[in-house]
Amino acid sequence: MCSLMKEKAKILDKDAVTRTLMRIAHEILEKNKGTEQLCLIGIRNRGAYLAKRLAQCIEKIEGEPVAVGILDITLYRDDLTLASSSPVVHKTEIDFDIEDKNVVLVDDVLYTGRTVRSAMDALMDLGRPKSIQLAVLVDRGHRELPIRADFAGKNIPTAQNETVEVRLEETDGKDEVVIVEKG
Amino acid sequence: MKILIKNGRVIDPGNSLDKICDILIQEGIIQEICAPINTKADRQVDATGKIVLPGLVDMHVHLREPGREDKETIESATRAALKGGVTSLLAMPNTEPAMDTPENIRLLKKIIQGSALANVFVTGTITKARKGEELTDIKKIKKEGAIAITDDGNSVDSEGLMLEALKRAKEAQLLLISHAEDKAFSNKGAVNLGIISTRLGLKGISKESEYARVERDIELAQKAGTKIHIAHVSCRESVEIIAKAKKKGIQVSADTCPHYFSLTEDAVLGYDTNFKMNPPLRTREDVQAIREGLASGAIDAISSDHAPHTENEKEIEFERAEFGVVGLETELAASITQLLHSGLLNWGELIEKLSLNPSRILGINKGLLGKGLSADLIIVSPDKEWLVEKRALASKSKNCAFLGQRLKGMVEYTICQGQIAYEASSHQGAGQIV
Amino acid sequence: MQWLRKDLLGLEELSREEIEFILQTAESFKEVTTREIKKVPALRGKTVVNLFYEPSTRTRVSFEIAAKRLSADVINIAAESSSVRKGETLIDTGRNIEALKIDIIVMRNNYSGAAAMLARHVKASVVNAGDGWHEHPTQALLDIFTLKEKLGGIEGLNVSIVGDIAHSRVARSNIWGLVKLGAKVTVCAPKILIPPAIEEMGARVTHDIDEALKKSDAVNVLRMQFERDEQNAFPKQLEYFKTYGITKERLSKAKKGIIVMHPGPINRGIEIASDVADGENSVILEQVTNGIAIRMAVLFLVSQANENIKHEDTD
Repeated sequence: MCSLMKEKAKILDKDAVTRTLMRIAHEILEKNKGTEQLCLIGIRNRGAYLAKRLAQCIEKIEGEPVAVGILDITLYRDDLTLASSSPVVHKTEIDFDIEDKNVVLVDDVLYTGRTVRSAMDALMDLGRPKSIQLAVLVDRGHRELPIRADFAGKNIPTAQNETVEVRLEETDGKDEVVIVEKG
Repeated sequence: MKILIKNGRVIDPGNSLDKICDILIQEGIIQEICAPINTKADRQVDATGKIVLPGLVDMHVHLREPGREDKETIESATRAALKGGVTSLLAMPNTEPAMDTPENIRLLKKIIQGSALANVFVTGTITKARKGEELTDIKKIKKEGAIAITDDGNSVDSEGLMLEALKRAKEAQLLLISHAEDKAFSNKGAVNLGIISTRLGLKGISKESEYARVERDIELAQKAGTKIHIAHVSCRESVEIIAKAKKKGIQVSADTCPHYFSLTEDAVLGYDTNFKMNPPLRTREDVQAIREGLASGAIDAISSDHAPHTENEKEIEFERAEFGVVGLETELAASITQLLHSGLLNWGELIEKLSLNPSRILGINKGLLGKGLSADLIIVSPDKEWLVEKRALASKSKNCAFLGQRLKGMVEYTICQGQIAYEASSHQGAGQIV
Repeated sequence: MQWLRKDLLGLEELSREEIEFILQTAESFKEVTTREIKKVPALRGKTVVNLFYEPSTRTRVSFEIAAKRLSADVINIAAESSSVRKGETLIDTGRNIEALKIDIIVMRNNYSGAAAMLARHVKASVVNAGDGWHEHPTQALLDIFTLKEKLGGIEGLNVSIVGDIAHSRVARSNIWGLVKLGAKVTVCAPKILIPPAIEEMGARVTHDIDEALKKSDAVNVLRMQFERDEQNAFPKQLEYFKTYGITKERLSKAKKGIIVMHPGPINRGIEIASDVADGENSVILEQVTNGIAIRMAVLFLVSQANENIKHEDTD
C-alpha cells in the first residue's frame, strides 16, 4: 500500500508540532481550570504518545503532574474502523480510577469519529467519568458521527482519497504531519 | 465385429513379446497377431505411439452385489473395471448373503450372467458366514464354479480349522486366499500402530497382526502340502517371510495393492477416511519393502482390493468409518506412475504383476495374447497424465485414495471378449486430461 | 503476525508464533477480567454454540463465560438432547447449526478427529474443546499461559506430564505446545499408559515419578480416567497413588518452588494428594481463571479471521 501513496504536502514540521502541543496544553488547563480532577487518556497507538507529551507540557506549565493512561480500543471497534484486517489486541493501561474525573481523550487524527465513539464506549465500561473531552492534533473533517474536538491542533480540510499522516519521533523517527494521496 | 489394431507396441510377457505390430480380432478371439494383416475391418484402431497389453486380471475385488447394491453393483463395478483396463476380475465372497453355499454362488453367477460387462470369476468362503467356526462344503463350492476360497475381511483363527480347510482345498484343487490378520493384535485399530496412531489419538493396528498370521498360514499350507495365496501384503516383515518361504520352495504367492506402494501412513494425518483401509497404510520403510518385493518377485501380483463404500459410511468420524477404498479405475495408472516411470519395473514385469501372474495363480486362461485366445486387451497411452476426480469415477462409490492426484497412463480402449467395451474418447468425463 | 485460521483444532499444526500470539492476546483479555464491568463488545451480535457430545461442566462453563464476556450469545447443546440421540450425523448437526446462522461452534466430542471433520463441512468457526484422545488445545494454552505467568517464560523449562498419557488429549496438546515453545517435556506413567513413539513428538519417557519430579520446574498432573477404563490392566487407585501420586513428600524431594498443575477435576487421593492440591505449589485455581482469558482470546481471534474470510469471499 505504501508504494501507492504519494506525499502531497507537509502541514506541520517538528517545531510546529511542539508549539501546537504546548498550545493545546494551555487550552486544556484553561478550560479545566487547572489539573485537579484532570486526567489524559491516549488512544493507542500515537494518541498514547501524544497524551504523554501533553502531560509533560502540562507539568511544565502548572508545575503539577497529571495522570496519563493508555486505551486500547480494538475490542470496541465497529466493522468500519478495521483499518487493517486483523489488528492486534494490546493492553489497556489505566492504573487510576476514572470515576468522577474530567477525562481528556487524546488522539492524533480526528476523521469519521468512529474511533472516538469506540473509545467512549470503552471508557464507560471502565467507570463513570465526570466529563469526557477530546484533544486531537489534527481534525481532517468528514465526520460520520456527531463528534467534535474540544481541542484541535490544526484543522486540515482533506479529500476522501487523501489521508493525514501524523509521524512521531517515538514511532516514526521524526515529528511531522503530512497529507498523503492514496494511489 | 472385425477389429484391426494397427501399429501399437504389443507387450505380452507370457509370450515374451514386445514388438510393434498389428492385431486382428474377430468373433471374440484374436485371429492374427504380429503377422502381416491385409484385411479390411469394421473398426480400425490406430495404436501408433500406444501400448497394447493383455487386459488386467484383478484378483481381489469387492463387488457388493448381492446385498449392498447401494455401494456398487456388478454392472457398475465392471464398468469401472473396463475404464481402468481390467477385463477379468475375481469377486470376493463377503456379500449379503455370503458365498458360503452352492445356492448362493449359483445366485451370484446368474447376476453376473445378466449384468457383468467384463469377465467375473467367483470365490466361495472358507467358513460359514466367514465366522471361522464351521467349514463350508468346499467340494460343492468348487463344483458350482468358484475358483478360489477366502474368508477375506476375516482370518480363520483356529489353526486346526485352517489346516483342515487347506487340506480340503487341496483335495478340491481349489486355491485358498488368505486375508492375514490376527484380530487380537489388530486391536480394533484404525490406523498403523506407531507415531501416527499416537499423534492422531487412535487405536493402532500393529504390523505383527499381519505378519504373524502370514507366517502361520504359510506354515499350515506347507503342512497341508498345498499352495496358498496371501492377499494385500502391506509391510516389510510379511514380504521377508514370503520371500524366505519361496526360497525354501514352499508354494506361496502374494499380491499387494497400489496404495501400499504409493502412500505412507502420513496420508491419514488430517483424518481423511479415503486413506483408511485394512491393512492400513504403513511407514516409508514398508512402502520401500513392498516396492522391492515387487521388483524381486517376492510379491507376484498387484490387485486393487476395490472396496466401495457409500458416503454415509465414509464421511463420518474416522474411528467409525468403514475400511477400504475403490481402485479398479486407478490401479493401472498408479502402477505405471509409481513403478514404471520410476524405473523399478519395466513393461513386461509390470504386466506380469497385473495380468499374467494373477491368471497363473488363479489357474485361468487369461493374461496372454495369442492366436485363438479370447480377445481381452487394452490400448494405453503410457504418458498421458490425468487428474483423478470424484465426478469422473464410473464406480458407484467415490472413496478413492488417489483423488486429486495426477496419474500417468490412460486407457484409450478396452476390448473384452472381442468387443470394444470401453473407449476413452467417447466416454464422458474420462478424467480431465492434464 | 496475523491470525488467519477460522478454526482452532489443535496445537500440532500451529507455529510457535501463532501460539505466542494467542498468549499475548490472552494477556489483554485477562485485563478485562479484572475490571468492574467484565465485558467488551467484541463479539456482540455473534452466536456461539457449545456442542458437547461428552459431559463436561468446567470446560463448557468456561467457554460460556468467555463468550458472554465478549458479549456473544451462547447456546448449549448437550449429547443427551434429542437430535443427537436420534442418530443425526455430526455433519448434519453441524449443517443444521449453520442454518441457524451460528458463528462459532465449540465442540467436545468423543471421537478423535471429529473437530477436523466438522470444520471441513461448515463455514462457521470450529473450536475444539476436546476430541477423543487427540487434542484439547485451549487447555494446553491455559496451562502454558499459567506457566509463563508463574515462571516468566517457557524456553528451556523442564515440564513433566504425569498420568494416562496414552489416552490423554491434554497431554498431547501440552506436548505440542511446550515443545514448540522450547520447553523440555518428560512424560511419566506406567508402561501401558505410554503410547508408542511418543518420543517422536519430542517428549522424553520415564516410568519413575521421583526421577521426573527431581528435574522439573513444573508438573502437570493428569486425571486418572477411571471412567474410560476399558482394560483390566489399569493399576488400581491406591496402587496408582502409591507409585505415581503427587504427595507433599514427593514434592519435598523435587525442585524447590516446583509448580503443580492439574486440568481438573481433581481426584483427591488418587493422582494428587489433598494437601498438594490445596498447597502453595498448586496453581490449579489460577489455571481456571486463565482459562477464561485464553478462551476469550481464541473466540475473538477465530471470529475475526472468519470475518475476514467472509469479506474476501464477497469482494
